[in-house]
Amino acid sequence: MAHYLLSVVTPSEGEPPAEDEMNVIMGNVAKLQSDMQEAGVWVFSGGLEAPDTATVLRRSGDDVLVTDGPFVELKEYVGGLTIIDVPDLDAALHWGRRSTEAIGLAIEVRPFHWAP
Amino acid sequence: MSEPLSSVTITRIVTEEYGRCVATLTRVLGDIDLAEDAVQDALTVALSRWPADGVPPNPGGWLVTTARRRALDRLRRDAVGRDKEARAAREEPPPDEPDQEEGGPVHDDRLRMIFTCCHPALALPARVALTLRLLGGLETPEIARAFLVPEATMAQRIVRAKNKIRAARIPYRVPHDADLPDRVPGVLAVVYLVFTEGHATATRDDLAAEAIRLGRLLAELMPDEPEVLGLLALMLLTEARRPARTAADGSRVLLADQDRTRWDADLVTEGLDLVRRCLRRGAPGPYQVQAAINAVHTTAADTASTDWAQIVALHDQLLALAPSPTVALNRAVALAETQGPARALTIVDELAERLDRYHLLHAVRADLLARLGRDGEASAALDAALARTDDPDDRALLTARRGTTGGGG
Repeated sequence: MAHYLLSVVTPSEGEPPAEDEMNVIMGNVAKLQSDMQEAGVWVFSGGLEAPDTATVLRRSGDDVLVTDGPFVELKEYVGGLTIIDVPDLDAALHWGRRSTEAIGLAIEVRPFHWAP
Repeated sequence: MSEPLSSVTITRIVTEEYGRCVATLTRVLGDIDLAEDAVQDALTVALSRWPADGVPPNPGGWLVTTARRRALDRLRRDAVGRDKEARAAREEPPPDEPDQEEGGPVHDDRLRMIFTCCHPALALPARVALTLRLLGGLETPEIARAFLVPEATMAQRIVRAKNKIRAARIPYRVPHDADLPDRVPGVLAVVYLVFTEGHATATRDDLAAEAIRLGRLLAELMPDEPEVLGLLALMLLTEARRPARTAADGSRVLLADQDRTRWDADLVTEGLDLVRRCLRRGAPGPYQVQAAINAVHTTAADTASTDWAQIVALHDQLLALAPSPTVALNRAVALAETQGPARALTIVDELAERLDRYHLLHAVRADLLARLGRDGEASAALDAALARTDDPDDRALLTARRGTTGGGG
């Protein structure tokens, strides 16, 4: 089995979905997660706060500098993620497809180089 | 027990066996790079031994056995290879014949390899390069030359693709029957792209030959997929016309002006036979319909006696299966023969915006305008066509036509 990261590619521009729409998406996501758990592939999932809530730590000589948020304006950011444990890319793409159908945003599927 | 060894014999054996050996070794070793190295080792051994000992009766089996032994030697020397050594020792010895699963399709290792090389998670140029390298046994510099990219670029493309197969775990298997309809077109697109690249330029006919070889292999491995047969038929019927496509001075000859006695009769027979087999299946697809269009052209003695109504009907079918403005343009060309140039021109003008950058749109317009006696506009359309192509053959044909348009009224 291998671990894959499914990231939700979220556009920085544009209107977020209305409340009704958001409720539908959250329902879809809950259903998808239970399907993943039932299939024994689910490891972790979660939705992230907006990028402007981030703090960056960067080593500088012997010190560590703390900065408030990423300053680069990105066209898209990781809005949420799921980690699954499946046999191969075809299986990962199957769950990636289900995710993009559930959320309506693009999903990036990326293999882990190593995982515990 | 042995045949006389010449470099031609060796080249033929390498061409025929390379893809099969790498495909089998990839299954046994679970790694493409390892498989390629092992096959390369085995070829080196073969080149040093065969001249003295003669070619073994089953050169492919010999190469696979030798390559597997060499790979095991390599892995034993290499501490990180222990896992793979265990796997290689555990796997069934590679069969000389494709293994036939009970009640299932024959799963030749090359079919696994094709589906891995043509996986939708790989970009089309990467799929093409990998397929030619791993199944066709073409060297990276040859592939680079064929696609007119620097060798370093092509090498990087192949390394990146192989790395993704390994890192992302693209599976090495034939998709389940339920997934085949989604996956087969991706494979056929790769083979057809190799063919059209080879067909577009006379100096790259080795690519067309390689595409046909891959097409024959696919037809052998998936004889029940009508589109696989359709693609092979399309390539054979197109290739059959190659001898007539070039004039003595090297310039290109269009279908209407070709000496049809110069078509390759064997390829025509084989292609037509495949088209008939497709028709009996009654499951048409884009490649089958394009093959059928070529079959209609091929069975006509000349342009005048071509069954243009049939060609229009087949284009209608093709438009329904795979709508595209270029198909609509080709349909208009056929329609000019059944309903006249004025009706065809109306359709071409409707396509003009979408196909403005395509030189053939303007070339077709020029032809229709000339047939309607509108010579001034025809000349302008030829100029528009000339402004949109750098291909020397295209330009020669267009320039010659402009010389005859508008001169006599």
